[in-house]
Amino acid sequence: MRKLGWCRSILFALMLLPAQLLAATEHSDAVVLVTDTRKFHGWEAWWANLYNESHVLFAIVTILVIPVCGVILGTLADLVMSRIGIDLKKRALAEH
Amino acid sequence: MGWMHMLMPIAGVPIFWPGLVILGFGVGIIGGFFGMGGGWMVTPGLNILGFPMAFAIGTDIAQMSGPSLISTMRHSRFGNVDYRLGATMVIGTVAGFETGAQIIMWLERIGKIDLYVRCGYVVLLTTIAAVVFTDVRLRRKKERAARASGKTLDALATGLEWHKKLHEIKIPPVVHFKRAGIRCSIWLPIAVSFLTGTLAGVLGIGGGLVRMPALIYLLGCPTHVAVGTDLFEVAISGLYGAASYSYKGRTELLAALIMLAGASIGAQIGSVATKYVKGYGIRIFFGVAVIGCAISIVLKILGVVAESMVKTFDLAATILILGLVAALSLCILTKFVLGVREERALRSREEELIHA
Repeated sequence: MRKLGWCRSILFALMLLPAQLLAATEHSDAVVLVTDTRKFHGWEAWWANLYNESHVLFAIVTILVIPVCGVILGTLADLVMSRIGIDLKKRALAEH
Repeated sequence: MGWMHMLMPIAGVPIFWPGLVILGFGVGIIGGFFGMGGGWMVTPGLNILGFPMAFAIGTDIAQMSGPSLISTMRHSRFGNVDYRLGATMVIGTVAGFETGAQIIMWLERIGKIDLYVRCGYVVLLTTIAAVVFTDVRLRRKKERAARASGKTLDALATGLEWHKKLHEIKIPPVVHFKRAGIRCSIWLPIAVSFLTGTLAGVLGIGGGLVRMPALIYLLGCPTHVAVGTDLFEVAISGLYGAASYSYKGRTELLAALIMLAGASIGAQIGSVATKYVKGYGIRIFFGVAVIGCAISIVLKILGVVAESMVKTFDLAATILILGLVAALSLCILTKFVLGVREERALRSREEELIHA
């Protein structure tokens, strides 16, 4: 029953997201930006082309790449931190 | 254009990439330490490096989710993240953002929106700074009184105790947030997050700057849990912001990834540094950051008022923000290095004792 309540709350929050998205994009919709792909090769050219062809795909790739890279880099930094002898499991200070 | 400059595929401008790494590193440290996305410091930094303002804002918001995610993971292992509280607050934050956006549209119809928003920002930041330092002063007073009577003050004692009054409002359902150690009506975190979300929506910021003190003073979260839980929310709103700005075509993923390389290390340092600094130490650092931020906005307002000197005031505001980022990062880095040294020394002493 409690789980159902949480699901409802999350669903409600998700329902509000598109409205906010629309409100935020309202002013910038009139401007169309294109990038000059002639200066680039390889993945950079692919990326610039993706931007010109579909902003939706561009947005999806962006929001996938950033957290994935964040987690990978964070894990690597974790390994380095534990190598230098820092206890990464507990925090001794307990104060308000 | 030498190897130190890189042509950005979307914005089409050459950027000094080591500058992006340094900026990411600084923001990672400060964000991980205070529980903020750091929009107020990254945007002017990216603008100085050569990004047009629209791309500076979009790229700043897009990169925010990366370091906050790293910091949330780290804080989570220290037990500093109350996911249940964070998830509850997302509801109020989203509704608040929407209300804030509506208020902005209403203000746009009146005109002079920038001036109103900036003035509101200054009032808000001044209030936050006043609250933080009043709390610190009251706590010190309690410490002195306890010392005078030969006692030691409870580690969980606070200066301001507004949250205790708010916890007395028991509108059902009453819930217990275990990590934060709070027992209150579920409507309290929803109302607080709605308020902070509205402010963030009106001011056009991620909200960490407002939410962190609200978690401490209105909900009664311990400082470390407030930092961790706020980061969890910043990671969620950062992802949403990344989607929104990318859809508008105003993000530069390459720049965000280069910044992430610096931020991944910075975020770890900032998060681990909270291990070595007491809750009230974090609050004092935070108060200083808020004052610096408020002064920079006052300079921007002066630029609007005295139009002939707009460039001078803008430059002064940017220098102040970047100087503040550098100074705070250095302070936190020093605390981190000293803390690590002390921890290692303590551990080697313990090992020696075991051998003996």
